[in-house]
Amino acid sequence: MKKDTSNINSLENEAIYIMREVAAQFERPVLLFSGGKDSITLVRLAVKAFYPAKVPFPLMHIDTGHNFPETIEFRDRLVEELGLELIVRNVQDSIDEGKVKEETGRYASRNQLQTTTLLDAIEEFKFDACIGGARRDEEKARAKERIFSVRDDFGQWDEKNQRPELFDMLNGQIDLGQNVRVFPISNWTELDVWSYIEKEKIEIPSIYFAHKRKVFLRDGMIWSADDEVVYRDDHEEVVEELVRFRTVGDMSCTAAVLSEATTISKVVEEIRESTISERGARIDDKRSEAAMEKRKQQGYF
Amino acid sequence: MEVLKIATAGSVDDGKSTLIGRILYDTKSLTTDKLEAIEKTSKQRGYDYLDFSLATDGLVAEREQGITIDVAHIYFSTNKKSYIIADTPGHVEYTRNMVTGASTSQASIILIDARKGVIEQTNRHFFINNLLRIKDVVVAINKMDLVDYSEEVYNKIKADFEELMSKRDYQDQKITFIPVSALKGDNVVHKSENTPWYKGEALLEHLEQLDKADIYNVGTPRFPVQYVIRPKTEDFHDFRGYAGKVYGGNLSVGDDVIVLPSKTRSKIKDIYFYNEKYETASRRSSVTITLEDDINVSRGDMIVKENDLPTIDKQFTANVCWMDAEHLKPGTKYVVQHGVNKVLAKVDRINYKIHPDYSGVENNVTELKVNDIASVTFKLNKPIFYDQFKNHRTNGSFILIDSQSNNTVGAGFIQ
Repeated sequence: MKKDTSNINSLENEAIYIMREVAAQFERPVLLFSGGKDSITLVRLAVKAFYPAKVPFPLMHIDTGHNFPETIEFRDRLVEELGLELIVRNVQDSIDEGKVKEETGRYASRNQLQTTTLLDAIEEFKFDACIGGARRDEEKARAKERIFSVRDDFGQWDEKNQRPELFDMLNGQIDLGQNVRVFPISNWTELDVWSYIEKEKIEIPSIYFAHKRKVFLRDGMIWSADDEVVYRDDHEEVVEELVRFRTVGDMSCTAAVLSEATTISKVVEEIRESTISERGARIDDKRSEAAMEKRKQQGYF
Repeated sequence: MEVLKIATAGSVDDGKSTLIGRILYDTKSLTTDKLEAIEKTSKQRGYDYLDFSLATDGLVAEREQGITIDVAHIYFSTNKKSYIIADTPGHVEYTRNMVTGASTSQASIILIDARKGVIEQTNRHFFINNLLRIKDVVVAINKMDLVDYSEEVYNKIKADFEELMSKRDYQDQKITFIPVSALKGDNVVHKSENTPWYKGEALLEHLEQLDKADIYNVGTPRFPVQYVIRPKTEDFHDFRGYAGKVYGGNLSVGDDVIVLPSKTRSKIKDIYFYNEKYETASRRSSVTITLEDDINVSRGDMIVKENDLPTIDKQFTANVCWMDAEHLKPGTKYVVQHGVNKVLAKVDRINYKIHPDYSGVENNVTELKVNDIASVTFKLNKPIFYDQFKNHRTNGSFILIDSQSNNTVGAGFIQ
């Protein structure tokens, strides 16, 4: 019997339902793929939702140029193996065109800049629905996000005027020029995602597992020592540590954690016992108490 | 491990966010960095205690005003269950958020300030919980520390609330009273020594023993077709699968079924979940079904068991919770989204407005304002296949969409 008893099964059923609503209600949906574990999970859910047909929408990666090389390698292999369509748009192009300006200094990151590239790409392809892997448990502002979240012509989120979502019913009606951000794994926690990856035997990039890496310490966090991308003061000494990444954004805004977890089951165990939240390792969230809410209003995921 | 969704309701300052923060703290669900942030902000503001509401009030405006203005979802788990709490605001003007939060919940907590007792807002919160047929309701009488943990105060509030209960429509709703102090932690996660006269369980102990199977209303199977899967590949040349979620009961291979609205008969041939075939699809599973016969089925159609038809009609009457600033008026057209099916609807008449504080109904109503609840009759441009809400939570509910603004402007529960 196909059952809906355990937590992870019911989350999977819900996410598949949402994927199918997207395909049915929108003309030009796209799955925003970052190469992180959450978007890899989305790809798996999309494949399961439409079997034996192909996933009826493309993936799009907004490449900051500061990604971990392992992520890009993994992305290309995944797309090829599953026969999916991939669109890539580069933040570097937005910089070259003078649309955004590269940040400088100690905490320089391209994380904020990708919003412009994303909004331009949405306009270029006339995407009316963008599927993303954001989860409500990640962050306070995301806890208020809807599953179908309407963005205006400027890609902005009006958090005070959100559509109520009742029962299973998702209202995807929009005007031309608007788009909907869709979050099929809204109700998943970090541990749920990992349990699912374990259960489904989903392959993920190697940086999620413990590996030796050249790093340096700043503000109590472990930064990847990649001098081309991450600014480092001379006094910030490079050491080699056994680390893994718990969340994967850009090298310039993702901190590593000390870890000996080399397999998925060890990672799951480690998260179960962890006392630090997932986004605690996100340098971009530390800018202010409302950092995420501000970025979301501007069109960030 | 199973997941339990809980809605919360309480008036401003009843301590709802504090209660949730307390649950997170006492179940050790707050991570070190979140706890540090709470400690830091509490100290900055000069409090001599930890302000747990900071754990949930996520938006800048909320932190500024110290109130909750939108539904926030909070996640935590124990060894027994995973919990999702929908933290819904309690002001009069936010009834829509409360209805929204309650619509996806299996249990709810209503907060009462022990110093204030049952107030008009409490009536409203209870009414909505009862209207949405939440099976298990906890009445948490909070701030017991401020009334010296008085059994007398607790009993008075309980008696007042029981008077409300006699007026409710859904009599089978289970109500449990618990005296708590969210701020001090009494009877939230751990039983308190301050209330030796209270013989029941602490709040979390109560939630831990709720049986989810018991909480869901089980009815008859309904399978609204969400999406038609036609791979058109060599391996699956003639494959025609109907993707959807099973509601109410189970469907099995070999079941005699009828497809609505065409009323064509067929049999379930295969049930797929991804690349595996199953004999039975249980409630709430997202499967793909194939039928024995090659018939025309599209999104919005419904597959049901032959001997178990829903009502098929071009009109219905429902309790509507109106959620838009523009008023609902007879003669106006809206889109009714009933599950995944959409039809055009016209408001035929407003039968009566219901006062959610249990002070009766009002006839001769010409329009509905935001947060009004009323019995409304609709006429549709084509038939839908529905059940009464009391028999089928999913197939008995719908939303109203304004075709100009595209907003969801109301929710309805078919009578």
